[in-house]
Amino acid sequence: MYEGIVQELIDELGRLPGIGPKSAQRIAFHILQTQSFDTTRLAQILMDVREKVRFCSICGNVSEQDTCTICRDPRRNQAIICVVEEAKDVAAIERTREFRGLYHVLGGALSPIDGIGPNELRFTQLVQRLADAAVTEVIIATDPNLEGEATATYLSRLLVQPGLRVTRLASGLPVGGDLEYADEVTLGRAFEGRRVVEA
Amino acid sequence: MIVSHLSLTDFRNYVSAEVELRAGPNLFVGSNGQGKTNLIESIGYLSTLASHRVSTDHALIRQGSELAIVRARLEHADRTLLVEVQVNRASANRAQVNRVAVKPRELPRYITSVLFAPEDLALVRGEPSGRRRFVDQLLVQLSPRFSGVIADYERVLKQRNTLLKSARGARVAEGQLSTLGLWDERLVAFGTEIIQGRQELVERLRPQVAMAYASIAGIQHRADMIMQLTTLGVQPDDDDLPSAGQSANPGSASADEIAESFRAALSRVRRAELERGLTLVGPHRDDLLLELNGLPARGYASHGESWSFALSLKLASAAVLRAESAVGDPIVILDDVFAELDEARRAQLASAIGDYEQVLITAAVFDDVPEPLAAHVVHIMAGEIVEGPTASKAGEDGL
Ligand SMILES: Nc1ncnc2c1ncn2[C@@H]1O[C@H](COP(=O)(O)OP(=O)(O)OP(=O)(O)O)[C@@H](O)[C@H]1O
Ligand SMILES: [Mg+2]
Ligand SMILES: [Zn+2]
Repeated sequence: MYEGIVQELIDELGRLPGIGPKSAQRIAFHILQTQSFDTTRLAQILMDVREKVRFCSICGNVSEQDTCTICRDPRRNQAIICVVEEAKDVAAIERTREFRGLYHVLGGALSPIDGIGPNELRFTQLVQRLADAAVTEVIIATDPNLEGEATATYLSRLLVQPGLRVTRLASGLPVGGDLEYADEVTLGRAFEGRRVVEA
Repeated sequence: MIVSHLSLTDFRNYVSAEVELRAGPNLFVGSNGQGKTNLIESIGYLSTLASHRVSTDHALIRQGSELAIVRARLEHADRTLLVEVQVNRASANRAQVNRVAVKPRELPRYITSVLFAPEDLALVRGEPSGRRRFVDQLLVQLSPRFSGVIADYERVLKQRNTLLKSARGARVAEGQLSTLGLWDERLVAFGTEIIQGRQELVERLRPQVAMAYASIAGIQHRADMIMQLTTLGVQPDDDDLPSAGQSANPGSASADEIAESFRAALSRVRRAELERGLTLVGPHRDDLLLELNGLPARGYASHGESWSFALSLKLASAAVLRAESAVGDPIVILDDVFAELDEARRAQLASAIGDYEQVLITAAVFDDVPEPLAAHVVHIMAGEIVEGPTASKAGEDGL
């Protein structure tokens, strides 16, 4: 334990995700001991982020305006919506440069343990978007884990409507991974769950 | 496969020990509390990454030390392999194969053992959970993907139970409960895979168990076993539930049939599940029923019979693992087995394990172990390998 405010700083840093007590202590002392460290700038950015950044009123992505840059971009294909769990998934897919449509961020996945049911996710907003616009395809890109799969199933049933194609990202083996490096559990299950390839 | 050399550092009560081991039987003798079980436990740990005695690794590290090291030289055909695990008190464990770092959970690929210890009596006399663990562990050894399937099943169970519980407290929004069907589907999918995997395994084990038991106790004794499925209405430990009154031998049901009866069982117990906030049917509640001469072993078999049955389960596992293995026999480990058996059964057991590549045996009393198994004797005293009297029976270990 350190005196008053130093310990408060350590505690506060330690509350951030991915930062344990040891890292919190290291960061705190870095801030204290490094003369050139600009605390004003960090403090300002933290306050700005809270004030300026909001969530896009259309897709739920992070945005500095009412709508995000992707939703405002007329060059994006308005007929395809890719549904993801979190805003960070949008960033990951954007990096692939493979997808030119729009997004819809759910804000998580169905998970009773975490108290997340359909009402906690942005399903209604998605259904509304589909009613208004000329969307022909929804790609479900929830995480390839239990909760992501359950959410995908829920969505695929929710979205049954004429003229709408609903697809799911292929998953199983890690993307871009060599078979050689997949462990026996993953590879074994991929074999067990193999499917006939459509001609 | 055999372990030809074992090194221990700060493992249990060993500060440091170097032990040469041979093919065939190796006998560890010493008075109570000297470190015989500790020594064989280290080999069991290398092959399963778990102790048969404790659920946390900390007890494996010598009191006052920060880390324990178990290193074994393995030999199979003309290959030699050095496998090593470091158990750390304050950080993640580490492992090496031939001095190259690997993930600890990869170690079981290289070394396989079957360990029988006094604790295994609980397989026959204890709760169903112990028997499920026995079947599942073997299932994972034979087919690693099951560790993923079982983990997923347990996760679904947690999600589903939380949902049922919140429905019970009526705190749940209508929307939440509408997702119950989603979790049912996953439960049935993973559960079916587990039920089918267990049943196929049990079918393979049955003749081996019968054979092992008969070879220890005599051919007039019939040991048998069957999976009791809660999804078929069997409620071994729970009688306040509606039962379908059916306990048919599921034998070799197809995945579709298993899934179908799983779904039917879920709808049968739906009301009770909502009342109790728990998933009441599925592989997490199934049991492996053990029968001796037509009677359930649990509650009927004598102490010696229960002991022989538990031993037979382990010998049967060894036989099944051996049949599948590409790297030779599993190492057979018998901790304190002989003291509990009568003279005839001791001799029978000795011949039943006679042809495994390597067998490790512990005994507090040298004379309890049949002569042919005393080919290589290692004396243990207070966490050290000591020069003992040669394998002559006179003047053994001063008890
Ligand atoms: N982490 C540890 N650090 C130090 N000593 C330990 C540790 N774990 C166990 N021991 C000691 O090891 C001894 C038990 O050794 P072990 O269980 O191998 O005995 P054994 O030779 O098999 O005896 P028995 O014939 O009674 O089965 C006990 O005295 C116990 O206190
Ligand atoms: Mg012992
Ligand atoms: Zn947007």
